[in-house]
Amino acid sequence: MSKPLKQIHLAAHFPGVNNTTVWSDPAAGSHIEFSSFAHFARTAERAKFDFLFLAEGLRLREQGGEIYDLDVVGRPDTFTVLAALAAVTDRLGLTGTINSTFNEPYEVARQFASLDHLSGGRAAWNVVTSWDAFTGENFRRGGFLPQDERYARAKEFLATAHELFDSWRGDEILADRATGTFLRDAEAGAFAHRGRQFDIHGRFNVPRSPQGRPVIFQAGDSEEGREFAASSADAIFSRYATLKEGQAFYTDVKERLARYGRRPGQLLILPAATFVLGDTDEEAAELAGEVRRQQVSGATAIKHLEFVWNRDLSAYDPEGPLPDVDPVVGEEHISRGRAQVRMYRDPIAIAREWRELAAAHNWSIRDLVINTGNRQTFVGSPATVARTIDDFVQADASDGFILVPHITPGGLDPFADKVVPLLQEQGVFRTDYEGTTLRDHLGLDHPDAGTTAERAVS
Amino acid sequence: MSPTSAPSLHLAVALDGTGWHPASWREPVARPRDLFTAGYWADLVAEAERGLLDFVTIEDGLGPQSSRFLEPDDRTDQVRGRLDAVLIASRIAPLTRHIGLVPTVVSTHTEPFHISKAIATLDYVSTGRAGLRVEITARPDEAAHFGRRTVPLTDAHAGPSARELVTELFDEAADYVEVVRRLWDSWEDDAEIRDAATGRFVDRDKLHYIDFEGRHFSVKGPSITPRPPQGQPLVTALAQDTVPHRLVARQADIGYVTAHDIEQARAIVAGIHAEQAEAGRADQTLHLFGDLLVFLDDDQAEATARRERLDALAGEPYTGDARIFAGTSVQLADLLEELREAGLSGFRLRPAVAAHDLPRITGHLVPELQRRGLFRRAYEAGTLRGLLGLARPASRYSAANA
Repeated sequence: MSKPLKQIHLAAHFPGVNNTTVWSDPAAGSHIEFSSFAHFARTAERAKFDFLFLAEGLRLREQGGEIYDLDVVGRPDTFTVLAALAAVTDRLGLTGTINSTFNEPYEVARQFASLDHLSGGRAAWNVVTSWDAFTGENFRRGGFLPQDERYARAKEFLATAHELFDSWRGDEILADRATGTFLRDAEAGAFAHRGRQFDIHGRFNVPRSPQGRPVIFQAGDSEEGREFAASSADAIFSRYATLKEGQAFYTDVKERLARYGRRPGQLLILPAATFVLGDTDEEAAELAGEVRRQQVSGATAIKHLEFVWNRDLSAYDPEGPLPDVDPVVGEEHISRGRAQVRMYRDPIAIAREWRELAAAHNWSIRDLVINTGNRQTFVGSPATVARTIDDFVQADASDGFILVPHITPGGLDPFADKVVPLLQEQGVFRTDYEGTTLRDHLGLDHPDAGTTAERAVS
Repeated sequence: MSPTSAPSLHLAVALDGTGWHPASWREPVARPRDLFTAGYWADLVAEAERGLLDFVTIEDGLGPQSSRFLEPDDRTDQVRGRLDAVLIASRIAPLTRHIGLVPTVVSTHTEPFHISKAIATLDYVSTGRAGLRVEITARPDEAAHFGRRTVPLTDAHAGPSARELVTELFDEAADYVEVVRRLWDSWEDDAEIRDAATGRFVDRDKLHYIDFEGRHFSVKGPSITPRPPQGQPLVTALAQDTVPHRLVARQADIGYVTAHDIEQARAIVAGIHAEQAEAGRADQTLHLFGDLLVFLDDDQAEATARRERLDALAGEPYTGDARIFAGTSVQLADLLEELREAGLSGFRLRPAVAAHDLPRITGHLVPELQRRGLFRRAYEAGTLRGLLGLARPASRYSAANA
């Protein structure tokens, strides 16, 4: 008999602060009003998605010393939006990105445990790290963290949070009126963590939540990031959405699990993916081209080139040829607060390659950025997209996808209406939720309670 | 729009667990096992909204509740544990339409940047009904939960070292609120322009660095969250003593005072208003609410008996900082009418037993106040500022203010 079909996991990423989010389209709505989040979440739940995902940024991006104004700017607070979304959904998982650098374990553990209680077991935490002094300027501690310590802090942060989650076993609250015993155990919530990053002790004041611990996501892709995920995460938010890269990443990360005594099913790999749907493949391809042009205006193309050139290129015509001056190489970057800065490690080589590409195709600056930038992951008719997704998952290039539409808040609706039913017909996606918690949806175990708590107080 | 006639008295209710009496969870009507569910809080806030109350506050803390003032205890006969108040408020917001939601935030160990965007977001989620109640903590055990500062154990009520510590924590709280408020203003209202012609989503000239430098922290800004619907959500604080009075005078829109009689109330109100003028805020509305813990029943003997029964269950009489009232709704209405003569704008009532005394407030006290023409018969405004008769302020950074 052939191998049973893998079940696909799907999640929805609220479109955020980057140039893939098209705000100029007449269908684009607010990125701040709660009604947008509510619509998006209800669509994801109607489609039986595993969860909704929110990214985070803690300082407005800058380029050339000025606030970057060409993309969506501004977003609400992650925890607060997720708690409100728990009121307008019943089953959808609620995943929030929370930085381990500019927060403290006691507070974050309280917030996630509270969110898990208030959502009936649907909370998940995408643990990210940061080190930059730029973002640190908004916080008490400032940008104090050396870059090579960011995973040390993140690992210890997460371990400490787990100790806090586990400091209640789950059976302490008796609330026995007759005997007047509210707590079985006066020591409920006791913890003591002594480490290099945190030296804290006392009593955690949120009782054990429905999932015990929130589901843990990890998004880093470095060697350290992969190892961190293999040791501690329930799911990885990866960026590999091509088959070959996806398979290589999938194999690499799943193989690391054994080192930590974990099974392959205990860590899900979920790349971010975009999509453009049309009635036919041809129509979708044409539409995708239009979306790309909306995403990359002339001004955006110039700014994008500045990431690589690391200098002011505002004098150049986006419809003209690439600059003949070379990129500035150095530590000071023209753009701050955005990941792209770190993605172009050898700017001189990239500039040479791009000039050659532009010359060969007779591309303007804008053409070049449109043609070399991120392409939509899935473009085609609903049947094509459903088949492509299924093939990808069955070929072990991922366990599913976190879908990022380019329009807020209605961008997910066509996928929910047209692609999901096809996946359900193929028997690779649920037609209804089987459980109530996010751990249920993702097929993850509920964590053992108790052992860490006993360690912590002994 | 013509201004509606404001009711002459404002009412809020302070929610804390199963109620403010430590034995409240043992009452048959209490739902102690539901305290950690959304449904419990949704039901309480819905009841308060049925009573047309201005707002609810939700207590919080960064350690377990304790019968001792500055230390944890080992008691197992009282409610211990609670959920994050901001998240409770946010979870309830989509389920309510009119009532204000005012969670507690602790300034001593949290980040003003995070809290500013959280309360701004609560304001978006509730479409203009958010506030916060700022408090400090001088508990050494709570400092140890964070590990980034130590707080010496002091005698809370006396001694120069205690006074110095508390003064420092309240000064920090005043800076904290200043940062939170500047961040709310750091986006002008019309900063989002979506100018397709130039490709600009925002007008960056309408986003402002706040550049706050203080003794305890510095914050650059601007906020990542656009200016909230109310512009400035309401800042509230409890003021039981002269040090917190200064915080209220300098930074709050609403202060809760725990006067025990009308003379004391008069003195506190005068003192806070004098400090308000000294802080250069005499032109701004500062509401002072009287804080009272209430046992409400059909007759006074019944209320007194309930209080005694709960005290007996707790093993000691409950006192607390606020005046405790035990009696009928008519008697309470008389008392509120008398106390408001001291210059109080309204009252924040602490139900001794949430499931008993809150429905008494909404079902008995409110109709009594309405009968006397002292309380609204319908919600007359869509925002919390509107309910309290406060205008929506312009951003301090807007060109019109420059």
